Amino acid sequence: MANAKEYDKEAGAAHRKVIWNTFLILLAITVAEFTIAFSIENEGTGRFIRISIFIIMTIVKAGYIIGEFMHLRHEAKSLFWTILLPIVFVAWLLGALMWEGGSIFASHHP
Amino acid sequence: MEATANATATLESNLWGGGVEPMKASYGKLMMWFFLISDTFTFSALLVTYGMIRFSFPGYDGPTADFVSSPLYWPIPEKIFDALPLLHGVTAPLIFVGIMTFILIFSSVTMVLAVEAGHRMDKADVEKYMLWTILGGAAFLGCQAWEWTHFIHGTDEGSVFKQIVDGKWVEKTIFGANLTENQYGPAAFADLFFFITGFHGTHVFSGVILNILIFFRSSTGFYDRRGSYEMVEKVGLYWHFVDLVWVFVFTFFYLV
Repeated sequence: MANAKEYDKEAGAAHRKVIWNTFLILLAITVAEFTIAFSIENEGTGRFIRISIFIIMTIVKAGYIIGEFMHLRHEAKSLFWTILLPIVFVAWLLGALMWEGGSIFASHHP
Repeated sequence: MEATANATATLESNLWGGGVEPMKASYGKLMMWFFLISDTFTFSALLVTYGMIRFSFPGYDGPTADFVSSPLYWPIPEKIFDALPLLHGVTAPLIFVGIMTFILIFSSVTMVLAVEAGHRMDKADVEKYMLWTILGGAAFLGCQAWEWTHFIHGTDEGSVFKQIVDGKWVEKTIFGANLTENQYGPAAFADLFFFITGFHGTHVFSGVILNILIFFRSSTGFYDRRGSYEMVEKVGLYWHFVDLVWVFVFTFFYLV
């Protein structure tokens, strides 16, 4: 209990500050996504730039949620990698089946 | 952090039975992480399906302003999700889904504040922030209910699609969406909308139930008697995961 009281005064306030800062970052990224959705034309190279920015921003947002809100950044390294490494296979499957979808498209529209 | 670790250590001196905590996490927390990674695979399956089906359809090939729905190509999301409750006829692309995103991210913030209050054994703060989180979750579910209703009923004008019936081309006006046809584009578009947002909504619903349970147990002093608010942290992990999934749904379904 003595420890709990100490936490209240010092680390507690610092942690709350981190939480609110993380929220502001997430909010800023979401607002930026909206701005881009309506400012960059959804055609040709604009479309490619849009999608790239959206995907990068999504990964950044996911990083903040997992790292700070879910506290994974501060867990043991073994736990950190146990959770993150399997995602590599998900990314591979996503890429592989989008490629496959492109092939289906090509066979329907020769 | 030290405070929680010490409290847990005195409670369970034998930790996991071997005297050590694998990965320096409590049993329950680690199992929650393993559940979440398996749930990640389930959601990924839906996302991968979306990616594959989306790429097997042609995209709309013209200026965005002239877009009209057709079953022949994939719709532009900002042209489909552009309605607001109580503002009939107003075109507000993606505004409503933006509000939903904000609600969910904010409820994630109040959740992590409840977890932080739990570390301090601050019962009143845990209750306060849990209530805000429950409110956020309920508000999100309400928004989704409206979103689904609007999607199913469709717009006033509907869309005129040409279809082959008995070997002849006929024009047919379609209003709204179901699993076999919809006014927005290919049938798969509405199917994926229902499956992906529905599966996510079910998770939010389960999360709200768990949050209510945590709030109830906290307010009856259950966690004070147990000497640890770690259960708030475990349910918090689940709630953040639901928020995390929405970040991906928002990008890949609504923005791209």
